[in-house]
Amino acid sequence: MALKSANSTEVTQAVVRMPTASARKRVRWEERIVRVFLFLCAALSVLTTSAIVFILFSQSLGFFRKASVVEFLTGTEWAPLFNPPAYGVLPLVTGTLLTSLIAMLVAGPMGLLVAVYLSEYASPRLRRVVKPVLEVLAGIPTVVYGYFALTFVTPLLQKFIPGLEGFNALSAGLVMGIMILPTVASLSEDALYAVPNSLRYGSLALGATRFQTTWGVVVPAAMSGISASFILGVARAVGETMIVAIAAGQQANFTFNPLRAVETMTTYIVRIAMGDVSYGSPEYYSLFAVGLLLFLITLALNLISEAVRRRYKGARA
Amino acid sequence: MSHFTEAGLARWHAREHRREAIFQVVGALVVFTAMLMLAVLLTKILLDGFARLGWDFFAQSSSRFADRAGVKVALVGSFYLMILTALIAVPIGVGAAIYLEEFAKRNWWTRLIEINITNLAGVPSIIYGLLGLQVFVRTLSMDRSLIAGACTLALLILPVIITAAREGLRTVPNSLRYGSLALGATQWQTVRYTVLPVAMPSILTGVILALSRAIGETAPLLVIGAYVYLTRLPEGLTSPFTTLPVQIYDWISRPQAAFHENAAAGIIVLLALLLTLNAAAIYLRNRYQKRLAI
Repeated sequence: MALKSANSTEVTQAVVRMPTASARKRVRWEERIVRVFLFLCAALSVLTTSAIVFILFSQSLGFFRKASVVEFLTGTEWAPLFNPPAYGVLPLVTGTLLTSLIAMLVAGPMGLLVAVYLSEYASPRLRRVVKPVLEVLAGIPTVVYGYFALTFVTPLLQKFIPGLEGFNALSAGLVMGIMILPTVASLSEDALYAVPNSLRYGSLALGATRFQTTWGVVVPAAMSGISASFILGVARAVGETMIVAIAAGQQANFTFNPLRAVETMTTYIVRIAMGDVSYGSPEYYSLFAVGLLLFLITLALNLISEAVRRRYKGARA
Repeated sequence: MSHFTEAGLARWHAREHRREAIFQVVGALVVFTAMLMLAVLLTKILLDGFARLGWDFFAQSSSRFADRAGVKVALVGSFYLMILTALIAVPIGVGAAIYLEEFAKRNWWTRLIEINITNLAGVPSIIYGLLGLQVFVRTLSMDRSLIAGACTLALLILPVIITAAREGLRTVPNSLRYGSLALGATQWQTVRYTVLPVAMPSILTGVILALSRAIGETAPLLVIGAYVYLTRLPEGLTSPFTTLPVQIYDWISRPQAAFHENAAAGIIVLLALLLTLNAAAIYLRNRYQKRLAI
């Protein structure tokens, strides 16, 4: 009701303007121009995607004139600035996989437990406290997490793990897990929340405990939504830049040892782009080749996550 | 099975009770740990940086000496960049949302745009940096300027703004649209004079949240070449610039502890800025919800 009183005057103005023929003509023109403008706004998003794809592919061509695709995808040494250069991207891929895996080992189980606890066990009062905290965690800039990883987590871990290097995959991955935790938790909770209560009542009526109902009925029913949130979490970890750039070091080591420094795909892009590369140099092109690989990986993960979620929606209907 | 004897049933009950109790404790512990992380993170940063906060810190710019360095240029840069980004992204984002919600027919082209926006939201921010580097910095010769940064960030937050604005438009009941159209208003007049004013508070909330994401972004700005060492304030659209997160990253990446102190102090300023923005968003949201409830 309050809505009407707030806007009634404006509505009247619009009506009063209508009568004369010239005014009507002007209105029609305005309508047409606005429509075109709005259409262009929406089309810009398609243009953006096309531009991303076009640029990544076309600039990568410059890179693949120097390095073969096979060497790029199978080589275990990454040193495009050295003489002779080595163009195997696998060290960057394993660095990315390692930090993302560590992050998901934190964010996956913790996120699921937080989601289950909030959705099935917690009192409304606790939810009102915890959900804003998760939102705050999700809103903290990643450069802040990077500082935390480098100056707090690494020194703390070094007290317990003697061989830990100053820059290492472990603490970057752990902190990245905290960063992703809210994403996994809130998306999983949405999935659990969507499970109809009739399933819970049915299970409880058969004599199952709350624990059995939760893990035997509710979680399996929400499984595709939970999986989708996990995949999305991995995609965020793979694309995350600042935490690894600050805390994981910037050395392209071909290793799965979490105690050592690694370089991820994102870190490489930042390191090279910051070093004043000249336009058209091999380094410049290599940015886009690595970017293309990163783009394709995250795109695939996002599409899979979307497909999994869609299947779950279909099953519910 | 043993469940069917009296003793077996009792054992089963005891076991299930134990499980239930254990999970209650584990779940509570995990939730508590997540909250503890936030507390530890904030405490660590406050302890490290609080002493460094003072008038000097806001009045000084980049310096080779940690105690003479401050956030002036970075803070002003972040502020300009945010305004510019908003000026570019808000009209386009809201326009796209209006098109999709109010004008578009349900056909393959509309579906393509929608799927496309969902996927853009999942593209890592550093890829937008590469896009900005090639398109704005090189091809359009904007160089490493404020406007190049703003264009890049605008593209980055566009999906967020579009999604938020669409949600805002969807909360407007159709009865208002029909009323306006029945009075002879055109579709655009209906949107402009009836739908937008009602949806505005919730669109604004979404816009503020999107901008607070833009303000914390570091990676794409590093890629397009934001300066990490700058002593002059930006004077125009084509000026070189630095921002708060970029300055913080530069301080973190230096080995001296004194610079880390600066970084922590810079983070306090950044978080305070984000807190203000979020408080504004929450205030708007609550006011809006109250108005609808009456």
